[in-house]
Amino acid sequence: MASEPQFLPDEDIMLLNMGPQHPATHGVLRLVLALDGEVVRDCTPVIGYLHSGFEKTYETKKYQQCVTLTDRMDYLNPLGNNLTFALAVERLLGIEAPPRAQVIRVLLAELTRIQSHLVGLGSNGLDLGASSPIMYCFRERETLLDIFEMVSGQRMMTSYIRPGGLAKDIPPGFEEAVQKFIDSFPDRLAEYHGLLTRNPIWLDRMIGVGKLSAEECIALGVTGPVLRGAGVPRDLRKDMPYSGYESYEFDVVTREEGDCYARYLVRMDEMRESLKIVQQALNRIPEGPYVVEDFKLAFPPKQLISENMEALIHHFKLATEGYKVPPGEVYVATESPRGELGFYIVSDGSGKPYRVHVRTPSFTNLQALPAMAKGGYVADLVNVIAAIDPIMGDVDR
Amino acid sequence: MAGSEALVQTVREAVGDGLLGVDEDRAGTPVLIVERDFIREVCRLLRDGDWKYVHLSGVWGVDYLAMGLEPRFAVVYYLYSPSLRQRIAIKVPVEESDAVVPSVVELFPGANWHERETFDMYGIRFDGHPNLTRILMPDDADFHPLRKDVPIGGEAVEFTHNSARLRRQRAGEPPKASLN
Repeated sequence: MASEPQFLPDEDIMLLNMGPQHPATHGVLRLVLALDGEVVRDCTPVIGYLHSGFEKTYETKKYQQCVTLTDRMDYLNPLGNNLTFALAVERLLGIEAPPRAQVIRVLLAELTRIQSHLVGLGSNGLDLGASSPIMYCFRERETLLDIFEMVSGQRMMTSYIRPGGLAKDIPPGFEEAVQKFIDSFPDRLAEYHGLLTRNPIWLDRMIGVGKLSAEECIALGVTGPVLRGAGVPRDLRKDMPYSGYESYEFDVVTREEGDCYARYLVRMDEMRESLKIVQQALNRIPEGPYVVEDFKLAFPPKQLISENMEALIHHFKLATEGYKVPPGEVYVATESPRGELGFYIVSDGSGKPYRVHVRTPSFTNLQALPAMAKGGYVADLVNVIAAIDPIMGDVDR
Repeated sequence: MAGSEALVQTVREAVGDGLLGVDEDRAGTPVLIVERDFIREVCRLLRDGDWKYVHLSGVWGVDYLAMGLEPRFAVVYYLYSPSLRQRIAIKVPVEESDAVVPSVVELFPGANWHERETFDMYGIRFDGHPNLTRILMPDDADFHPLRKDVPIGGEAVEFTHNSARLRRQRAGEPPKASLN
């Protein structure tokens, strides 16, 4: 929550407190601004208003309970967070999810990316006074949330991807729903482009605003669309592939300009690339188990429990004690819609993680805000925040 | 991991006994265990050397108290090399009685908030950090929450069956004597 920022006394400088309750800060973010007229001379983000001690809570939960914590951190990337945690625990267990689960994981993670970018795009428009885009964006997001609800029973807190595979198999009608979305989305994307990409107000407010060079981005540890918007083609899906991303055909989108407009275009094009991955995944969902068939790690099917004594015992043991994870440490990272999302887990061999640290992209990327905001207008600040697209639940944890 | 032997050799030549050991995490990432006085030197070597570990993923702490390991704390750094597409980890053991580690903010400006968070959560100080204050916890907190000797805390949820007991507890009255 940080001590009060100190600025040099200067009678021409006005200190302005923006937030923590401010609609344009995308959550409870507080910015202490030093203003010289309309120009931001200094900007100090103050975070911690949403700190809920997730990392401490992880240490008191069994591994399968921990899954429910992951999607509450970055609530716009629930399935991506589930996936990263599952991959980290699977590394510790030395297992791999079956092929069917792998493909469905990729499919859902990409749908989540589109959904997250849609919210980012809509709220960015809203921040600049364009109130129509969010209506269009949320219309498409709704169909995606319906798909998430279809598979997991939940629209946002899915907890669907678990260590070992998936919570349950995809329901009938899933493929059709996804195909329908894939067929309709390119037209919708063209609609957003029509609304914004050549809109003179949008261009005026976006081009040249919040510039950050590639060198500064790398020094500050920035990842994701902000880094790619500065011309660095870094994407963990390509660089350190996981879940079989190496077998999908897609491009890493980059732009050279490093301003808000570049970040906007990167996100727009990333939605198109994600759609390509979704289509490829949908075409190749293999038959087979959706979770490892080791009843010490995953619940036996319901039918078996009522017929088989051993299955009942496994179910009981799993539900009460959980599974033990061999001792060791691991760091596994994936490409979330906001950048590098990493889980560091230390296991002491018990059924609960000894230590979980989450390297969240929002936390690290938000650090770059002062560098982007300094020297710009205070009115552009909301735009710069929107272009970083931080999720405060992800920042404060 | 392939090629890491040459790297370990170079680090060993540069810092000698400052390299306490080499380990590997469960994802196959090499872990260099480095004495704290050499952390800046090792970071500079990894960043500016041929490997170009220019991207610092993060800095965080671990408290080994409940595992009974000595020394109690460790600070963990994960670096990533975009050209090699590989990670490397550095682990610095930290004594409880002297929990200070040199800051790497000069080398990696992105370490700023991560080191503040580690300080906030574990009370490990970073020497040379430009603004080492709490970042997530309130300024007036008198504990470091992720230390293993800090309890998780919490409050019992009131239901019909325990409401009378909880109310007495809140009022500071002694619990009612049980019939048996």
